[in-house]
Amino acid sequence: MRVALFATCLVDTVAPQVAMATARLLERLGHEVVVPPGQACCGQMHVNTGYRREAVPIVANHVRAFAGAEVIVSPSGSCVASIHHQQAMVLRRAGEEQLAAEAEALAERTYELSQFLVDVLGVTDVGAYYPHRVTYHPTCHSLRLLRVGDRPLQLLRAVRGLELVELPAAEQCCGFGGTFSIKNSDTSTAMLTDKMANILSTHAEVCTAGDASCLMHIGGGLSRLRSGTRTVHLAEILASTEDAVSPHQTTRPAISAETAEVPA
Amino acid sequence: MTTAPERTGPTPLAPGAPRSGTTFLGLPTAPRGVGHLRGDRPFPDAARDALRDGQLRANLGHATSTIRAKRARVVGEVPDWEALRQAGKALKTATMARLDEHLLELERQVTARGGTVHWARDADEANAIVTRLVQATGTDEVVKVKSMATQEIGLNEALEAAGITPHETDLAELIVQLGDDAPSHILVPAIHKNRAEIREIFLRTMPQFQGPDADRDLPDEPRRLAMAARTHLRERFLRAKVAISGANFAVAETGTLAVVESEGNGRMCLTLPQTLITVMGIEKLVPTWRDLEVFLQLLPRSSTGERMNPYTSMWTGVTPDDGPQEFHLVLLDNGRTAVLADEVGREALHCIRCSACLNVCPVYERTGGHSYGSVYPGPIGAVLSPQLTGVEDNASLPYASSLCGACYDACPVAIDIPSILVHLRAEHVEAQEKLTPEAAAFKALAKAMSNPRLWRLTQRAAGLGRLLARGKPTMPPVLPPPASGWTRSRDLPTPPRETFTQAWAREHGR
Amino acid sequence: MSAREEVLSRIRTALGENRPDVGVPRDYRTADERPAEQLREVLVDRLEDYKASVLRCGPDQVGATVAAALDTGLGAGWDPASVVVAPGVPATWRPDGATEDDGRPAVELAAFAATLTGVAVAIAETGTLVLDGTPLSGRRAVSLLPDCLVCVVEAGQVVGGVPEALSRLGPTAPLTMVSGPSATSDIELQRVEGVHGPRTLVVVLVA
Repeated sequence: MRVALFATCLVDTVAPQVAMATARLLERLGHEVVVPPGQACCGQMHVNTGYRREAVPIVANHVRAFAGAEVIVSPSGSCVASIHHQQAMVLRRAGEEQLAAEAEALAERTYELSQFLVDVLGVTDVGAYYPHRVTYHPTCHSLRLLRVGDRPLQLLRAVRGLELVELPAAEQCCGFGGTFSIKNSDTSTAMLTDKMANILSTHAEVCTAGDASCLMHIGGGLSRLRSGTRTVHLAEILASTEDAVSPHQTTRPAISAETAEVPA
Repeated sequence: MTTAPERTGPTPLAPGAPRSGTTFLGLPTAPRGVGHLRGDRPFPDAARDALRDGQLRANLGHATSTIRAKRARVVGEVPDWEALRQAGKALKTATMARLDEHLLELERQVTARGGTVHWARDADEANAIVTRLVQATGTDEVVKVKSMATQEIGLNEALEAAGITPHETDLAELIVQLGDDAPSHILVPAIHKNRAEIREIFLRTMPQFQGPDADRDLPDEPRRLAMAARTHLRERFLRAKVAISGANFAVAETGTLAVVESEGNGRMCLTLPQTLITVMGIEKLVPTWRDLEVFLQLLPRSSTGERMNPYTSMWTGVTPDDGPQEFHLVLLDNGRTAVLADEVGREALHCIRCSACLNVCPVYERTGGHSYGSVYPGPIGAVLSPQLTGVEDNASLPYASSLCGACYDACPVAIDIPSILVHLRAEHVEAQEKLTPEAAAFKALAKAMSNPRLWRLTQRAAGLGRLLARGKPTMPPVLPPPASGWTRSRDLPTPPRETFTQAWAREHGR
Repeated sequence: MSAREEVLSRIRTALGENRPDVGVPRDYRTADERPAEQLREVLVDRLEDYKASVLRCGPDQVGATVAAALDTGLGAGWDPASVVVAPGVPATWRPDGATEDDGRPAVELAAFAATLTGVAVAIAETGTLVLDGTPLSGRRAVSLLPDCLVCVVEAGQVVGGVPEALSRLGPTAPLTMVSGPSATSDIELQRVEGVHGPRTLVVVLVA
């Protein structure tokens, strides 16, 4: 299958290794990956902060960039949820009926990574090797907007060497919430503290999730505390194999430049 | 120590300020200067103080986790919960679409059965009607059933100003009233107080514990505290001539009103006094008697986490020789029609005040209800209060959410609270006449994100931020605002030398 | 313009011309096909879960079981005159010497130790008894003020769920749905039984 990869603005700019891992994983599973060069952002941050008018050209660019793609995969529950639930609504409100219809059609072909692997490709064992103790945080938009359910857990359970430990109060929000993390920084931090306490209680080496944004928030907190536990995106774990071992163990926020080049 | 705002009077009105705003259709919002829909400071500021209150955090954490578990258990045992939820949602949508017709039918039925219906445009008018009705009976005290509508309009303050003493009879409302405090939860207004704090309030304020001969033996067991409230109120129930209640539901086709409660204080108020005055928001009605079969299943399990609450009272007008012989129903607008005018936001009027959304909200659990500044806190309050007052009077509330969506899943009538929050954020942004720095930034970013070439340049510029990191894996922990909002508690990773699209293009020879 | 006219006019402005016709899906359960005895068992389970006491008996043992119920609620040696009875309660259910409600004032009702009534319908799934203001159920104050409430539920009165119960009730009657003794969860959301309403509820289930 020819898969168009939507990296998302955040991953593209500050966590390139997540998109690279997604591409490597899909190629390893025998699919052709293309990266439409016109891609930028799904518009979610603008919509969720109240700039829905300003989001219109962003969404339009997204629709243009992926027009013609057979299937689109993205390593972000949150952005895929926005594509499914917000894009057409925003366009329609702006009177862009034609574009809204195109966005809807595009949304139907757009998948979050774990949903694509399990539902479309029908695989749970992607042949990964990741010899670490890992806990999984189900991000809110994966959980409640996309309803990915236990698909990420199915994928993680099939990873060789990986010890999966259950995260207490897993379904509680980590407190990221986009611009909420800045506008309501104190409340966001209080929520993050409880999330970190639960993560640390598992004694996991790694906390994983399907959203780089939430992981940047959680990882930033864990790094600030010098906790020794780090955050790694689900795609990076699934991309790891015996031949291409997972990134070097550091306690910096997992999202960082130095790990961008996962060996091919 | 908790940080309850003083609740001595209504929100102050600045000199020269307009009494009320209007929507684009010219529909007035709830007036300023009366009632409790507006806080005196933005949510983030109030929340900052609440977050430091360890006792409050402990009380809330304990209470909300208890109720969450109870709710999950009793909702889990109902095999057709989702069908009930969808029926509830559709019933409310249908009700709103014909609200005027249903209200007129309700009025006809209540009147035909011996009740009197009054209409109130806003809080001031409702307060005046109730005060006049109480004065007409010649009494100077009333017993009250817990009611969000009367809290919203500041009825107690209005009655007190007229020399009438309102006695709150719901245990939590009593705790709040005796403690000179403000409610912080829709269902359990004193959720922010623990048993020891409640014991202290009772010992300090209840007449039965005063005087040299008083038996001040009051352990902090909930059962004993409830018994103290029983003793405190028993005589007041028996002597009261007038009761004031809200209503959980009103059935248009029959004129039936319903109050759902637990303690029996509601039954006392609805049964014993000669006169009953019910203040009800115009959105609380259902078209037919049969519709209650849905809501009487949805409400108790969602609110107290019980299969059914101990008491539900239903009455229609006046029943000879049984209960109050004079019944007044006050139908309250107070901004509700302004909410109704918003095609997205009107769904907030579907709320049946169960408070399930508060109990599952990670923000409410940590900040408590007072941070919201309105009698309607939590997720539903964050969409309802700004709409009742006009979004500019509660502009920080739509942002008081991480949009995690737990409220939507818990809502028994499936109100899409996150979508309304996002909608109200846009209403706020679009109401700004001047260009704010934030708006300027978002507009510039939007321009970049709409144009791939410009976006690549922007990414490259952002990448230059790594120079500030001086080769370290994270950015400096002290950055200027607004980035400081992030870096105060979280490291920010140093941007990479190369974006993903750059790396991909290089690898694939473009 | 009167407030009434103004509020109605605001609603019409808010809704505009195009009002949707909304269909209501009623895909939820409206009947319970379980056998009657099973429903009675569910009712007993739910009542006891809410700290009500339940005594079961045959149709010819109601009087004796009511007496036993009053033993449960008041302790042995209760005074029959301290029991007030709804006027429609059959003579065979009543303790000898009990007082029939005659519409006396609330203060006098409050002096009784216990009340005996029948019910209009009982809901198994929620453990709910519905009193409807008829002579059998009594007026509302009677089942409210005395501290112990004894209700007799007959076999044919037990239904499965809320929809079946509402369909049996007259909406304009003064209705009281009772599920266990009075209770509160207002202190730390911990449920405790017994506040202003009767602190003791004893149900006599006849079948």
